[in-house]
Amino acid sequence: MTSPAPPAPATLPLGDDALILSHRLGEWAGHAPVLEEEVALANIALDLLGQARALYAGLSDLLGSEDEIAFLREERAFRNCQLTEQPNGDFAHTIVRQLFFSTYQQPLFAQLSPVLPLAAKAVRETAYHRDHAEQWTLRLGDGTEESHTRTQRAADTLWRYTGELFQPVEGLEVDWPGLAEEWHASIGDVFARAGLTVPAGPSEGAWSAGAGRQGLHTEPFGLLLAEMQHLHRSHPGAAW
Amino acid sequence: MTPVTSPPRGRAAGADGPPDGSGPGLEAEDVQAAFDAAVAADERIEPRDWMPDTYRSTLVRQIAQHAHSEIIGMQPEANWITRAPSLRRKAILMAKVQDEAGHGLYLYGAAETLGTSRDELLDKLHAGRQKYSSIFNYPTLTWADVGAIGWLVDGAAITNQVPLCRCSYGPYARAMVRICKEESFHQRQGYELLLALTRGTEAQRAMAQDAVDRWWWPSLMMFGPPDDESSHSAQSMAWKIKRHSNDELRQRFVDICVPQAEALGVTLPDPELRWNEERGHWDFGAIDWQEFREVLKGNGPCNEQRLHRRRTAHENGAWVREAAAAHAAKHTATHATGHTADHAADRTAADRDDRVEPAAAGPAQPNTAPDTAPDTAPDGAGAPSASRSTRSRA
Ligand SMILES: [Fe+2]
Ligand SMILES: [Fe+2]
Repeated sequence: MTSPAPPAPATLPLGDDALILSHRLGEWAGHAPVLEEEVALANIALDLLGQARALYAGLSDLLGSEDEIAFLREERAFRNCQLTEQPNGDFAHTIVRQLFFSTYQQPLFAQLSPVLPLAAKAVRETAYHRDHAEQWTLRLGDGTEESHTRTQRAADTLWRYTGELFQPVEGLEVDWPGLAEEWHASIGDVFARAGLTVPAGPSEGAWSAGAGRQGLHTEPFGLLLAEMQHLHRSHPGAAW
Repeated sequence: MTPVTSPPRGRAAGADGPPDGSGPGLEAEDVQAAFDAAVAADERIEPRDWMPDTYRSTLVRQIAQHAHSEIIGMQPEANWITRAPSLRRKAILMAKVQDEAGHGLYLYGAAETLGTSRDELLDKLHAGRQKYSSIFNYPTLTWADVGAIGWLVDGAAITNQVPLCRCSYGPYARAMVRICKEESFHQRQGYELLLALTRGTEAQRAMAQDAVDRWWWPSLMMFGPPDDESSHSAQSMAWKIKRHSNDELRQRFVDICVPQAEALGVTLPDPELRWNEERGHWDFGAIDWQEFREVLKGNGPCNEQRLHRRRTAHENGAWVREAAAAHAAKHTATHATGHTADHAADRTAADRDDRVEPAAAGPAQPNTAPDTAPDTAPDGAGAPSASRSTRSRA
């Protein structure tokens, strides 16, 4: 890609996506269904946190230190998509959220990596996250009646947060329609193999469509920020 | 990993021999003598070797309790992941809690080499029939508790566990080599976390002191009851499962901590702490063994909460495990259960090296090096996780 580096704020949504989804995955610690998944979910959370920190580092001239960016912004200043802030729900809900997100993030990073302050490693990481989510979607979709029901319900619930992913982010040179097409093809394929139905409902909320990228979030997000930011904010200026 | 590093010795008659039973069987006295000689010569007992039933059951009990401690021990620290006050600390803490899950995996794996499955051990934990370290029945009330746990609890664990790297049972010893390297990394990170607080604001200093006040005595209890009351010690020492007495290790720990506390700028909550020139050790006050027994009995501040959370996670995960098993049963070996999970576990330590920054200014861990001499690290030394600790210590 020969385009110049995108203007700095354009990468903020990508950093916020990574930070917020990492935070959600961190909530699983000690709750995972099997010990191997304690390790796997923590891996993904750590990868995403590393990506967020790298992206924030590239914004320090404009927005300050990584901790100022993460802990001192108000809710409306966050640009993550609403999908990433959705509560964990059960394991199927977490897996489908990850599948939807990683199937988006991996080709996005692949397209943007030459101009992002991310090592090629980040693209490899997202490929692994995507593989992990796909494998589990296949197991859960095809496993038992209960796992199938739970996974289908997760897909139906989360579907409305997927349309936002393909709203162009100003300053990022991406083939957005192509990205959306690739995403739908991939999800369709995984769902078919898992015996799941691609939801038919709208992929955007009637009121809040595309809003995370403009700083409009869902109710659970305020609680997430309250928890994440409270200690840092309770000690203004302290170093940790 | 190579599970067996030496040819099996003294196999029980027929037990592992050719199916027709014509193998060179050994008489009962011979296998016992071979076992005793191996232990006396500081050789490793391996899974296929003959071993006394009580040796096996003692090991299973100890390894299970250790494995359970690793996974229950995730809870008090996971309590602070979502509130970590900086992104750097958040990454370090998530990686630490993940390491503890990894330690659980190694240890349940070591128990499996003795013929006891992870499921069986987890069932016993959930039923309250096997214990975990009582230290995790204390609550983490402030952020400084994360530092105090790293410094004191991981520190006490290292003091306890470094000698286990020379334990007579091979798989346990090798697991401990890997674990001790990571624990010493945790200990340095905890120390460094506290150091940032004691060099910080008034409120941060107070937070650090309060945490040390609450964690000091429970940490001393981690070495177990005094020697004259310790029921399993003598036999375990004879078998070289255990190498030092509880009181010896406790003294070693106190001697290490006193100068570190001074360097940190915190006071240890014991007015009787003073240097004894004659003994060449620090004297310390009497431990409240009544509290120890109460917590052990289940009356600690968090016993119920910890076990409840563990059971709930397990119960909530039942449908996931069933689904994975059902899916695997429908497909060929290439889709075996846990494939992705194994892949994830393999990837952890190897790929994470560059993710977590090294602790800047942790204390040296003087007791780690001598006991993890080369002979104790046949295959553990090749563990990818080792390189992370090594690199960060550099
Ligand atoms: Fe551990
Ligand atoms: Fe540890």
